Amino acid sequence: MEAFIQQLVAGLATGGIYAALALALVMIYQSTHLINFAQGEMAMFSTYIGWQLLQYGLSYWTAFLLAILISFIGGMVIQRTILRPVERAPILTNVIVFIGLLVIFNSVAGWIWEHTVKAFPSPFPSDAWYATSYFSAHNIGSVAVTLLMLLALFAFFRLTPMGLAMRAAAQNPDSARLVGIRVSWMLALGWGLAAAIGAVAGMMIAPVVFLDPNMMAGILLYGFAAALLGGIDNPLGAVVGGFIVGVVENLLGAYVIGTELKLTVALVLIVGILMVKPAGLFGKHLVTRV
Amino acid sequence: MSRLLEVRNLDASYGSTKVLFDIAFGLEEGGITAILGANGAGKTTTLRALCQICRTSGSIQLGGKELVGMATEDVVRLGVAHVPDGRGTFTGVSVEENLRLGAYARRDKRGVAEDIERMYERFPRLRERRNQQAGTLSGGEQQMLAISRALMLRPRLLLLDEPSFGLAPLIVAEIFEIMRRINTEDKVSMLLVEQNASLALDLADNAYLLETGKVVVSGTSEQIKNDETVRKAYLGF
Repeated sequence: MEAFIQQLVAGLATGGIYAALALALVMIYQSTHLINFAQGEMAMFSTYIGWQLLQYGLSYWTAFLLAILISFIGGMVIQRTILRPVERAPILTNVIVFIGLLVIFNSVAGWIWEHTVKAFPSPFPSDAWYATSYFSAHNIGSVAVTLLMLLALFAFFRLTPMGLAMRAAAQNPDSARLVGIRVSWMLALGWGLAAAIGAVAGMMIAPVVFLDPNMMAGILLYGFAAALLGGIDNPLGAVVGGFIVGVVENLLGAYVIGTELKLTVALVLIVGILMVKPAGLFGKHLVTRV
Repeated sequence: MSRLLEVRNLDASYGSTKVLFDIAFGLEEGGITAILGANGAGKTTTLRALCQICRTSGSIQLGGKELVGMATEDVVRLGVAHVPDGRGTFTGVSVEENLRLGAYARRDKRGVAEDIERMYERFPRLRERRNQQAGTLSGGEQQMLAISRALMLRPRLLLLDEPSFGLAPLIVAEIFEIMRRINTEDKVSMLLVEQNASLALDLADNAYLLETGKVVVSGTSEQIKNDETVRKAYLGF
């Protein structure tokens, strides 16, 4: 029973990471109808930036927040300079741009910081007051950080005028322009936020899986599965999907299939969802007239 | 009275297809002008051209300022509110959020709150549904919401694209009566695109008739209503 609860909580902790990544994917999908294949590599790059800031001697939370800020700005810059020119181009062009970004971020990270595996510190000391025999401090802290971030995003989107404008621009860009919303800047903002979310996810998972340029490849796959499970156009679904995928992956890996096949779970989920219920649990069924 | 809107030599295209050919029309400050014509005549395109949603060449002067070449968001900030065909409601957010979005370009919070109250007084049905998702409203209610959202901008010029479309006659009469009051009480100038010519001519002071992208008849509403040949040939009544 103890082991089961431990696996459950570990699943929730990784689930929080998947939820964050899935949310970033859904945010970009909602406003552009495109899936950002480079999301994982961007998160990895953000984590390296955080690592580098720590090497320069900054305290953990300063480095953490600075890395998030840099990622936010970087995300906006990427949207304005690289993605805006291909906004009206065919989908395949956009996909190739995303894959290009993926490869570039991966290679540049390896070039700057080498491929040796590095340790990334956790801000939650293992002897903290909230650590128990079941739940490691990092697991609890990680879940808390991701939940806080998700709460902040929820508040931003529901309660602020800019959040409302972003939702409107994603739903109906033509009408959004007619009320004076600068839709292309809203897209840039969406990218910035997605990059910031990815940075948080990366820095929370790095202490567990260790930092190297290929850190996020598998995790992004879980993020996809989570986003699809929740419904690719539904932010709440992304979060719920993330936690479900995290728990299922961990429990299956511990009791049913062993750790080698854990990533297969993600792939099976992706294929299965697309075959059986492409709209996911909460997504909208899109009907188009031909 | 000075002319609020002066359009000259206006061409408009979607991609490589030209839809409007050298049209000219105008609108007095405080007046209501109707643009009439059959399906495909270019009425909706005219309103889109004013908002710079499609490619245009020529001259569109709003209070002396040239609109051709501006971004849509900037045209809106000059005080042009467009109620598009199909209403353009943000269906995924609530009624009140739609109204807030209408006031997005404004900075005066108290004025916005006052205006939301005024919209609810004018359209009590919207107040009842203020937190409901806008997509669940009936056609008539969505039209009221669309007009209110446009008015939240406190526009100088209100563009209305087929406000009667798909609505029951009683609702249409209600909405047109409210539009008349908006014009006289709030002094909002209006450009009205309508297929229902008799309805439009009752409300508007002047009218322009479009056929395949060109202006074929223009004059005051009285003149056009009393001209039998025009009525029979173009307006069907």
